[in-house]
Amino acid sequence: MSIDTTPAPRERIDTTTPALDVRGLKKVYTGHGRDVEAVRNLTFTIRSGELVCIVGPSGAGKTTLLRCISGLLDVTDGEVVLDGKKVTEPPPGMAVVFQEYGRSLFPWLTVRQNIELPLKEKGLKKAERAEKVQTAIDAVGLTDSADAHPWQLSGGMQQRVAIARAVAYEPSVLLMDEPFAAVDAQTRADLEDLVRDLWHKFKVTVLFVTHDIDEAVYLGERVLVLSHRPTVILEDVKITLPDERSQLETRSTKEFADLRHHVYEQIQKAKQGFRPDGDTA
Amino acid sequence: MNLSSLARQLLLAIALPIVLLVLWWFISANNTSPFWPSLETIFKAFPTTWTADRIMADIMPSLARLALGYGLALIIGVALGTLIGLNRTVRALLEPALEFLRAIPPPVLVPIIALFVGYSGWTGKIAAIALGCLWPILLNTVEGVRGLDEVLVDTSRTYRFRKPTYFYQVVLRGSSPQVATGARQALSLGVIMMVISELFAADNGLGAAIVQAQRSFAIPQMWTGIILLGVIGFLLSVIFRVVEHRALAWYRGLRQSERGS
Ligand SMILES: Nc1ncnc2c1ncn2[C@@H]1O[C@H](COP(=O)(O)OP(=O)(O)O)[C@@H](O)[C@H]1O
Ligand SMILES: [Mg+2]
Repeated sequence: MSIDTTPAPRERIDTTTPALDVRGLKKVYTGHGRDVEAVRNLTFTIRSGELVCIVGPSGAGKTTLLRCISGLLDVTDGEVVLDGKKVTEPPPGMAVVFQEYGRSLFPWLTVRQNIELPLKEKGLKKAERAEKVQTAIDAVGLTDSADAHPWQLSGGMQQRVAIARAVAYEPSVLLMDEPFAAVDAQTRADLEDLVRDLWHKFKVTVLFVTHDIDEAVYLGERVLVLSHRPTVILEDVKITLPDERSQLETRSTKEFADLRHHVYEQIQKAKQGFRPDGDTA
Repeated sequence: MNLSSLARQLLLAIALPIVLLVLWWFISANNTSPFWPSLETIFKAFPTTWTADRIMADIMPSLARLALGYGLALIIGVALGTLIGLNRTVRALLEPALEFLRAIPPPVLVPIIALFVGYSGWTGKIAAIALGCLWPILLNTVEGVRGLDEVLVDTSRTYRFRKPTYFYQVVLRGSSPQVATGARQALSLGVIMMVISELFAADNGLGAAIVQAQRSFAIPQMWTGIILLGVIGFLLSVIFRVVEHRALAWYRGLRQSERGS
């Protein structure tokens, strides 16, 4: 990767203003003859400029949570507050990278057009758009494929396009839903580093959802561990790893192993039905 | 696809018609039946039958009505189809009725429309063409809009696309392959309706010219009209294919890549 990985100064994380505030979030899917309580009670705060990972087993309600936060789904109870405003519809200043990233790209547009369209909708002038699009394309390493159509690219490259589109949009909060679940291990490692690089470079608040414990620990400043459905937060783990991370070095440190072990234990407990609130599922 | 492969496809497409014409030419060469004149006789009748005046008086009005009727059906069909496709309640309400209306053979529309506006004049003919073309476009559009990928819809929502952008960039372009399928079916229906709508009043138009020739036993002239009709239908479908080929290049690529992986 050709990106400058110098860590940004720590002070840029604004520890006072919450970028995203989720309070008592509950989501029950109704219809089809039965109700599914996907998320029971989630409360957490993400400060401006943080990179927070949410890890939980499949079916824990991670996608449901992100869809509620992004305003795509009505909540049953509780509220989501982004930059001080309650979310009732997709708010400005938020970008989402979907789990089905390949399907989130417009197949009739080229890579460049895919990235540019949201900027057009934001009302940016042509020259400004062109510049931001190019910066994003270069940042994710797609310079040579800018005029290709998404279906001409591999899965990993499609994911880069989705990320570039989100980054070019300059959101204050970037939500990512298991973005690397479907790419090969090498690509995945590259993309993980890419996310941290972009986070440094563009100073965006990131909420990264994954079912992969290693990935959560490697990427995050904090890891929120989710229980099984109906979902609550089991633990909010502070990741004390140094800011500059590398796939090889970081993953082989004792600290990484300890954190990983800790999170893993929590998840195992969750699987056995342990709930912090003492409720029964 | 590049130009040379397009030319090759064209060549393949016209190979069989040429063979058939040649066969027709030789089989009919010494024909004495007045109803089956030799192809040579028919060809010789062309220049005298289709003079510039006749082209302006018959072919042009036919084509103009076809264009108007077809264009109307496209606009109404896509607009209505989008509305129905996007709204589940409207769809549940209208779909059975639409399927029923679709099952009615379009030619039967001609006498019904004539009840209101008569057989002669443009209105009835254009209405007949438009109604005949409407159903395949409408129903295919509904199908296409309904089949829009919900991830694309969510993407447009999170990036807060404005309504016009959403309709054009997502709904219309996303359903365009199905719209094209409907439009292709509608085109051949349109040619059929163009002719049928002219048969009853037989005042002007290509269909009228054929009936007039038949009624006055100008058999070779009648045949020239029929051949001309075939050629027009063929040219229209070639034009359609070229346009579709360009507009939906992305769709072919997408399908190919899906098959490949
Ligand atoms: N539209 C829906 N209607 C009913 N149940 C749903 C719907 N979407 C998800 N669920 C259920 O909610 C639970 C959480 O799903 P999801 O949020 O997709 O989990 P995750 O992303 O963590 O794998 C699952 O049990 C799933 O079956
Ligand atoms: Mg999910």
